[in-house]
Amino acid sequence: MSESAHDRAVVVNAPPSPDDGLTPAQLAAKYGLTVSGARPSLPAYVRQLWARRHFIAAFSRAKLQAQYSQAKLGQLWQVATPLLNALVYFFIFGVLLGARDGVPGGEQNYIPFLVTGVFVFTFTQQSVLSGVRAISGNVGLVRALHFPRASLPISFALQQLQQLMYSMIVLLVVLLAFGQVPAWSWLLVLPILVLQFVFNTGVAMIMARFGSHTPDLAQLMPFVLRTWMYASGVMFPLQHMMTERASLPTWAADLAAANPAAVFMDLMRFALIDDYTYADLAPFPWLLALGWALFAGVLGFVYFWKAEERYGRG
Amino acid sequence: MAVAETTRPTDTVGPAAGDGRRPTVIADDVHIVYRVYGAGGGRGSATAALNRIVRRRPSGRVREVHAVKGVSFTAYRGEAVGLIGSNGSGKSTLLRAIAGLLPVESGKVYTDGQPSLLGVNAALLNDLTGERNVVLGGLAMGMSREEVRERYEEIVDFSGINEKGDFITLPMRTYSSGMAARLRFSIAAAKRHDVLMIDEALATGDKKFQKRSEARIRELRKEAGTVFLVSHNNKSIRDTCDRVLWLEKGELRMDGPTETVLKAYEEFTGK
Repeated sequence: MSESAHDRAVVVNAPPSPDDGLTPAQLAAKYGLTVSGARPSLPAYVRQLWARRHFIAAFSRAKLQAQYSQAKLGQLWQVATPLLNALVYFFIFGVLLGARDGVPGGEQNYIPFLVTGVFVFTFTQQSVLSGVRAISGNVGLVRALHFPRASLPISFALQQLQQLMYSMIVLLVVLLAFGQVPAWSWLLVLPILVLQFVFNTGVAMIMARFGSHTPDLAQLMPFVLRTWMYASGVMFPLQHMMTERASLPTWAADLAAANPAAVFMDLMRFALIDDYTYADLAPFPWLLALGWALFAGVLGFVYFWKAEERYGRG
Repeated sequence: MAVAETTRPTDTVGPAAGDGRRPTVIADDVHIVYRVYGAGGGRGSATAALNRIVRRRPSGRVREVHAVKGVSFTAYRGEAVGLIGSNGSGKSTLLRAIAGLLPVESGKVYTDGQPSLLGVNAALLNDLTGERNVVLGGLAMGMSREEVRERYEEIVDFSGINEKGDFITLPMRTYSSGMAARLRFSIAAAKRHDVLMIDEALATGDKKFQKRSEARIRELRKEAGTVFLVSHNNKSIRDTCDRVLWLEKGELRMDGPTETVLKAYEEFTGK
């Protein structure tokens, strides 16, 4: 065992070179070398991400299909899962707890009201949940390959959007079965979905960064999300419950209805359910939806990008 | 990296040195620290955790592993550099940092373009079919959809996954470890690389695949500026490398021509 080699590496036969006097940084600058794994500028990052758009799309599709690949009923679960959820809520809230009171347009609207709420909220809920694990659950991929990391939370949010498309088919059947007639207002679903998708992606990116260095978040988030669900009036008319049953002032109800999940949900009900009128919505619903989408989208993207070079650490 | 990797020009930047040696990878006093959660002492009880939160102390269950300690070297274009050292000496970690896949704690790694790492454990998606993994892997590496389509047959043929039947349409979790490693290597090797790092990928697969992959590596070496090779097989280091870095306990112990370093290493390991 050679004891001489303990402190410094033994460099044998390094040929003399005009570069000998240079520090590593100077040498790197002289030959145009760049720092490995450094964070790109924001515009460059957007360009890199755009170049990976096919990866993002293919990844989300593949994940969606793999989701139930081990189940015997396979893709049928895409539709069955949200439907079963709605069924459970119908019996507990609709039948047992009397949440059917105060649904705009009367009790016969409760099922379309509930199913729309569940599906729309699930979209945000699942995007946030998968966002938490977007980086921490794919550390192997992050450490193995080079790609802009934002591809991951974005494709998870995209996966949930595709999942929602399946749910929308069920929703359509439910709406028609409960006497709703297709109307031009149904087209409003598209801009609402776009805004909600931008919002979800932004939150997913924030969660992805949190989750990448605090794995505990995966345990905590289900509770936070459940609280959010009850505070947004997924299975009961929020305004009615807060003002009539709990005797809270109107401004408190409006405040609760201004939270992003409630805004997107109520807009969707407004678009799809005939008797759900503009007057049943919180003030400035479209402005709120646009504001939430831009706020979360921009903030989430910048916040995620700020730590780009640190994802993948232990 | 300020320039999008897909648009990086491949021609040379800056003047060439007097002796024509252009550095492609410069490691300047690189330290790498892993943080491991859930390791550490047995005090993982709820009260202990609460106590830590209340006192705002960093969690005692996070353990830091100082995997690479102050390694510096410069690699030049046209060099094939071998990395040797006993298990856990930090070889793979160092390569990951050079590839920019693992952040350094302190120090800097400068590279010419985007280095690529061909590893055995380059994780792909186990619940997806081999077919999808080929497509996704290609797209993630920055290939276009057309390129992936063009190369698809070549990648599958090279991996030899379909030699014994239609296995490429099965999920990757059903593959044997050798098959999975072969497919991963085939995907990664399908792209042109500026700086190429091979982490024991030569050791995977049967004799026939090894021959094929060695030929592919020689091909890639011709295209690449610099090749790094991690291996515990001294013969394959001798066959392919002209310079060797010897890492031990995260420190660079020796850096020099293959024969000199390998001789000292063999003496050290008592062969």
